Formats: sequence, C-alpha cells, structure tokens
Amino acid sequence: MSVLALEQALNGLQFGLMLFLLAAGLTLVFGVMDMINLAHGSLYMVGAFIGAWIVGLTGSFLLGIVGAVLGTAAFGMALESSLLRSLYARDHLSQVLATFALILILNDGTRMLFGNDLPLSAPAALDGPVELLPGLSYPAYRLVIIGAGLVLALSLYLLVVKTRMGALVRAGASNREMATAMGVDIKRLFTVVFGIGAGLCAVAGVLMGPLLAVQVGMGENILILAFVVIVIGGIGSIRGALVGALLVGVVDTFGRTVMQALFREFLPPQMASAAGPALASVAIYVFMAAVLAIRPQGLFPARG
Amino acid sequence: MSPLQRRVALGLLAMLLVALPPAMQALGAGYYVSTAGRIVVFAIAATSLNLVLGYGGMVSFGHAAFFGLGAYATGVLVSEGVLNAGAHLLATMALTALAALVIGAISLRTRGVYFIMITLAFGQMLFYLANSIKGYGGDEGLNIRARSLLGFGLDLKDAPTFYYVALVALAVTLLGLNAFVRSRFGRTIVAIRDDDLRAEALGFATYRMRLAVFVAAGAIAGIAGALSVNQQGYVSPNLLHWTQSGTLMVMVILGGVASLWGGVLGAALLVVLQEVLSAYTTHWEFWTGWVLLAVVLFARHGLAGWLADLSARKR
Amino acid sequence: MPSRLCRSTLASAFVAFGLAIGVLPAHAADKVKVGFVSTLSGPSAALGVDIRDAFLLAVKLNGGKLGGLPAEVIVSDDQFKPDVAKGLFEKNIKRDKVDFMTGVVFSNIMLAALPEALDAKTFYLSPNAAPSSMAGKDCNPDFFAVAWPNDAYHEAAGQFATQRGMKSVYLIAPNYQAGKDSLSGFKRTFKGQVVGENYTKLGQLDYAAELAEVRAAKPQVLYVFLPGGMGINFIKQFVGAGLGKDITLLLPGFSADQDVIGPVGGAMSGLFNTAHWSPDFSNAANQKFVAEFRKEYNRTPTLYASQGYDTARLIDAAVRDVKGKLEDHEAVRKALKAAKFESVRGPFRFNTNQYPIQNYYVRTVGSDGKGGLINKSFSEPILKDHGDAYVQACAMK
Repeated sequence: MSVLALEQALNGLQFGLMLFLLAAGLTLVFGVMDMINLAHGSLYMVGAFIGAWIVGLTGSFLLGIVGAVLGTAAFGMALESSLLRSLYARDHLSQVLATFALILILNDGTRMLFGNDLPLSAPAALDGPVELLPGLSYPAYRLVIIGAGLVLALSLYLLVVKTRMGALVRAGASNREMATAMGVDIKRLFTVVFGIGAGLCAVAGVLMGPLLAVQVGMGENILILAFVVIVIGGIGSIRGALVGALLVGVVDTFGRTVMQALFREFLPPQMASAAGPALASVAIYVFMAAVLAIRPQGLFPARG
Repeated sequence: MSPLQRRVALGLLAMLLVALPPAMQALGAGYYVSTAGRIVVFAIAATSLNLVLGYGGMVSFGHAAFFGLGAYATGVLVSEGVLNAGAHLLATMALTALAALVIGAISLRTRGVYFIMITLAFGQMLFYLANSIKGYGGDEGLNIRARSLLGFGLDLKDAPTFYYVALVALAVTLLGLNAFVRSRFGRTIVAIRDDDLRAEALGFATYRMRLAVFVAAGAIAGIAGALSVNQQGYVSPNLLHWTQSGTLMVMVILGGVASLWGGVLGAALLVVLQEVLSAYTTHWEFWTGWVLLAVVLFARHGLAGWLADLSARKR
Repeated sequence: MPSRLCRSTLASAFVAFGLAIGVLPAHAADKVKVGFVSTLSGPSAALGVDIRDAFLLAVKLNGGKLGGLPAEVIVSDDQFKPDVAKGLFEKNIKRDKVDFMTGVVFSNIMLAALPEALDAKTFYLSPNAAPSSMAGKDCNPDFFAVAWPNDAYHEAAGQFATQRGMKSVYLIAPNYQAGKDSLSGFKRTFKGQVVGENYTKLGQLDYAAELAEVRAAKPQVLYVFLPGGMGINFIKQFVGAGLGKDITLLLPGFSADQDVIGPVGGAMSGLFNTAHWSPDFSNAANQKFVAEFRKEYNRTPTLYASQGYDTARLIDAAVRDVKGKLEDHEAVRKALKAAKFESVRGPFRFNTNQYPIQNYYVRTVGSDGKGGLINKSFSEPILKDHGDAYVQACAMK
C-alpha cells in the first residue's frame, strides 16, 4: 500500500474515531430517550471551551481534558434534569425546535462568557512527528487522538456489554416501556446516559480543538455528520455508531482526495479542489438517504 | 369575527402595508424599506413551509434547499445574461418543482423521524452541490449586478419597487393558500395529516396528494428565493444550509402552524426581533433563543397539542 | 388564541415599533464619517483587529480628526461572513450615511459587499483585499486599493524562488478569489516546475490530507498562501508532520508576520517571506508609526496594521486637499488618487486603475534582540516600482 494511501487511511481513522465519540452519545440519547437533540453539537463546543480555558489557566492539557469532561458532564446532566426532561414526552418537532433554541442560547452564552474563540494548542511534547515507517512520519498528536479514540471505544463497548448499567441502557434502548415495567429507575438512567454522552463530546472537543479552532458555532457542522452516522449505523446502537463513524470518516477523507485527483484530470485545479470535497460530502448523504430508503433501521438496529 | 369585520381589518392592513415605504422615507428611515422587503420574502418562504408542515403535516427539514435552489436558478440566469423575469419565473418554478418531485417521491415513502432525517439529508446534498460549483461562485457565493427585468420600467434595485413587487407575490401566495384550504383538496390533505391510515382506508390517494402539496410548496419557496437574489444581488450556498431550514421552521412555529397568516407573522416577528434586539445588544441570538424556547415549552394551546397528537399517531 | 385581527394589528404595531427605533439623524456635513467593517472575530480576527487598531491610532494621533474635520468611525464585525458584511455595508451607507467605507480583510467578503458601496457611489478604500477583477475589467472610480494588488506578494516570491535556483514547487492556497490570484501571481514569475496545485476550503484548519499529498509529491519548495488562523495551523502541522527536513517553506509576508510568529514560535526562525512593508523600514513615517503602535497596544504591528494606518492617512490627505468639501465627489476622487501623504512603506503612488505601484522586498524571520522574533528586510527590493498585470484591461486612464 502506498505511503499516501496509508497516511490518508490514518487520517480517516482519526476523523472517524472523533466522530464516533460524538455519535455514541447522540445515539444513546436518541435510542434510549427517543429525543432528537440538536444541541448535542453545542455540548462538544462547551467541552472545547472549558478545556481551552483550563489549559489557558493551568498550562496542563491533561487537566484541560479532565476538567472539560467533568464540567461538560455536569452541565449536561443539569441541562437534562431541568429542561430536556420536559421534552421526552413531546413530539419530535417540538424537540427539534427546543434544542434549536438551545443552540442559539448556548452559542451566544459561550460568546458572552469566553468571547468568540479561545486559543488551544496541543501539548508541546506532541508537536513533532513519529516515524511509523521509513518515509512515513505521522504527527504524534494525531496518533494520540487515534489511541484515545480506540481506548474510549473499547471502554464504551465494555461498559455497554459487560456491566449492569450497560445492560440497563441496552434494555432502555430496545424497549423503554418494558424496561420501566421491569422496575428500572428510568429517570436516573436517562440523566446518567446524557452525562456520559456529554463527557464523550467534551473529549472530542478538547482533542480536536488544536486541529480545528475552538470557536462559537463549531458544533453545527459536525452535529449533522453525527446524525448521519447514527442513521447509517442504527439508532440506539453503539456498535452501529462505531461502524458508521469509521465508514463516514474514511469515505470523507478518501473521497476528498480521490475525487479531487479524479477531477483534476479534466478540470482546472480551482474547480477540482471545490468539486472534490463537496461531492465526497454529497456521497455521504446519498449513502444516508439510501439507508433510509432501503433499511431505515440502520446497519445494526438496536430495537428488536 | 364577522365577514364584514374581517374585510375591514384586511383593508386596513393592506393600506398600512402599501403606505409603508413613503411613510418610512418621510421619517428619514428609508433604510428600513429594504428590511420590510426582506420580511416579505421570508414570509413567502415561511408560508410555503407552513403549507407543507402545518397543513400537510410533513416535517421537512430541508425546505431551505428549495429557497436556495430558486435563488441560484435566477442568479445563474442573470449572470449568464438572461434578464427576462418571465424566463426567471419559469425556470425557477420548473427547477424547484422538479427537485421537490424527486426528493418528495423518495422521502414520502418514510415517515416520522426518518422523514425528518431524509429531508435533512437531501437538503444538505443540495447545499454541498452548491458549494461544488466553483464556476458560479461555489462557497464564495455568486454576485449579480443586474436584476430580473419585469418591464414597465420597474427597477428591482429600488427598494420600494422591490417591496411592492414582493408584496404582490405574497398576496398571490396567500390568496392561493386560502383557496386551497377551503377547497376539497385542502380539506382532504388536512384529514390525511390528522389520520392518514383512515384517509387511506377511505380510498384517498394519500401518497400522491402529499407529493402534490410537497411539490407546490417547493415551487413557492423557489419563487421566494428568486425574489431574494433580486433583493440581495447575492446568493450563497448558506441559503441551503440546514440551519436556514431551522430558521424557517422557527418562523412557522412562532407565527402559528396551520394558520393562513402564520408564515407572515412568524417572518415579521423573527426579523423585527432580530433588528430590535441587535440595536441594543450584540447578543440578540441569546434572547431570541429564550423566546423560542418559551414558545415551544409553554405555548401549548392549539398548536403544540395538535403537534403532539400528530406525532403520537406516527409512532 | 388571539383573533386574526388582533394578531394582524399586533404584527403591524411590532413592525412599526421596530422600524421607528432606528430613525437616526441625517448626514452632517461638518464631520467625516467612515464605515469600518472587518473580520473582528474567529480564527482570523487578528487581521481585522490590527487594521482597525492602526486606523483608529492614526485618527487619534491626528487629534481625532481626518483632514481637519472631526472624524466618526463606525466599527462593525463581519464575522467572516459575506452576507453579514453586505448587511453592515447597507446599514452604514443608507442609515448612517457615511462618506467612506473601508476595513474588509478578505476578498470574497469584500466582493460580496462592495456593490452596496459602488451602487451608492460611496468611496471604498480597501486596506487589504485587492482582487485582480477590480484591477482589470471591473475597475471602478470609487474603488481604491491601498495595500497591494492580490498577486503582488506572490509575484515577488516567485521571482525570489527563481533567483535562488529552485526547480520544483508545490502550491497551496484557499479556494477563493485571492487564493486564485496568489497562485497565478507566483506562477507568473516562477520559472521552475509546478508539481502540485491544491486549493483548500477557506477557513479550513486541518491540513492532514493536503500534507500527505505534499509528502507524496516531493517538491523542493512548498509555497503556501494561508492568511490568519489558517496559516498558523498549517505551519504547525507542517512541522508536526516532519516535512521541514526535505522541503523549503516559502511564504508571502502575512503568513510569516507577527500574528503568526507569536503562536507558532521558534519553528518560524529563518523562514523567507515577501512583503511591501517591514517593521524595520527606516523612513520617518514608519518609525513614528511602529513606535506609537507599540506604545499604544503593547505589540509589534503587522503589515495589516501598516495598511490600516496608511488608509486613514490617505483619507486625511484627501479631505485636507478638498478643504473639507466632501460633497464634491469628483474632487475627493482626484485628491484620493493624488495620494499626497507620507506612507509608512516609503514611495507610494496609484496606477491608472487606482491600484498601487510600489516596491516589494524579501524578509526573513530573525531574532529581535529581546528574545523574540521579528521580520527583517533585505534592503534591495526584489520587485521595484511594480504595478499589476491587469491594468491594461481597466477602462480608466
């Protein structure tokens, strides 16, 4: 396999794993609570800002991540138990609108507290490259992201499959009424699930912060991709979220480069550079539309 | 309200709207005539969404794509030198109706949250397509210096002229919607919205009727887009982004779902709210969000209760 | 639910109330009003902030006046969005009735908003963006480019690379008008081989995919036009990917200016870049500018700041020359075109298309003697008395 293809594969893996962190929380919330939460991307933003702020204060990236996870999880749980709880019984349109309103409030609220953006740099120790193969040096920081993503994916899998709480979550996702009837404290479960989702968002936010910018509105674009992932993977399924995220990550990364190279054969470079990435994005949505039309429950449906 | 009272009210409203530009200019606030024009354009778009969402019961999250498509259709024609407004109208309606036909035909095979997601997907597809055509600006957007030629010496670059033309389009839209709601077709659509299984059992061609409404709404949104590019002289892919669809939905909810004036009121309310708030604070988004949240959480009477019923049946 | 009549009246009242709020006094002829719209938030905010700060400094040093008249500068943030900029232009021109518009950093934003000014015959003085289209076929008597034609820095860089005997280059720029202009400019003067040309999305901050392609193409030189936050991220990621060993990075001036040097740090040392201005220029106007800017804002000015400063002083000279009679549009235009002011960059004059003719220099990043880094210029310009390639296509003579 050529060095270029290998490097792009790593890039796709990195992007896909970060997308998974967002999608995992979203699919749980959607699967277990049956709620469309458009403000999920805002939790990602809040996590990034808290992390960036802590790093700015203390200089420690690790503290930044820990603080962001705790802070965002706490914020998420508070949000859930106060506001979002009243939306579970409502129809999807009301959920869409209420969480859309939340996006506006959180965006501007963050702006008021922290300003429009905060600087965030990766720890200096990770600034250099790591020679994976002769001729292929890959940035150390991105390797750390891949590593963190894999560890979290594994932990989440263990949590959901091997622990009691995980069993409760799966039960709730698969059949909520039955789970309640069996005596599960559904309210507390929801709050915890939401908290976990928020924490995962925060990790993604802080890890991606140095690569993208920590700025207000950073959640909107990635949120839609997260929805695409969970629709493809199957609402309520963690496994589906992982597969879906990796698929989207790889298709997106390869699509951009392969499409661009293809277009460069017969279009001027400016047009090829615009058409390539855009059509790669279109491909992802076409895929999602196809899944919805043919197998709407997704690749790994959670509901029996 | 008796028919006579209604006529008087409408008459008063019409006079107010027609007198707006000269009144504004007399007050030295001529700048706001273009704001009024913007409101009218959004009112048309929001009304078209109300048709499909309020009366049709189809929660389309990609409606802004038709608005944007209409804007691009007219914008591209103008930039290629085709200035005839009739050509613009025809091309815009044809393109947006066709897009709505294709998208609707596929999407209406799903329901509930899947319908929301698939319309969102199609909207985003069109957004990325618009981003990819660098020949017409791509993500930089398309600037047009000329405008649609309506004849009779009407110059759409003149804010009051544009306002009146847009007002006429809005009036036609509202008259059409009113006629539709009162017609047999309209009442059937509402029945389908409320209980589509029963409607189907009664022998109505629910899929085809819904598709017809979806296409009509798309075409009207396209006209609003064509007007928009004439006012701004600029169109960018952002017009097709899902957040724009969200904004249109907000207008419909604020104004009143499934009500004739819902789109108009919602558009006026949101734009004015934005203008008023931004005069006092840069954080108008914050307060708008709270207003919206309050409406969703507490404005249960009629509209929210109805929405809850609608969704319960879909599950 | 309120009745229809009630709702309609409410809506009308709302609209009327809202509109009444914005009634402002008409234009006063005894002061100079300037509408300043720029990118003041987001990853590339440093650029707009510098232009604004320098502009306001110039006005302050002038006693709050421009050309002898009290100056009112209305500053707004375009948030890096063309439609927002358009709306702000419209507000400044139609509601606030300004005499001059200025401020925008990015070409795509400027091109979207510019028609508002040109249609209303309000002067637009660009402190940065100067796209090729406005230099040639779209040139307009109310448009003045005060900084440098978009292509210029890149023509200078191409000339430098050729001079140094570089054989192969890989080019990267964002996919918008200025990006396209930049790479055409480089290719115009570079005599070697172009092994790759990649346009990234404007505002993109993650360059993993592009850097992988650069590695595969193995160029001698990597020439990159990425202003603001884009440049900062790119350089960091370039270093992080280990590409600095075999590939020389050549940059246009703003990708190696103070706003980038700060965040990137030591990796910038020794990098060559081209510009029309450097903080170490010895002319009197510049020495005063740099000293006052440092005193007021506690940082070294970037070339964006130098452009903002010059724009204010151009307005000052023009208003002074027409003795405050701003109503005489043609006289103001003549005065602007004459540009009788001491620019911080040294010799400056306008071409027939109202784009600058000036010198361009090579700079290198070195120690400032106080533990930091700063740009130092070579004294001999790489391009002397240089205009632009599009002036022939402009109808103005």
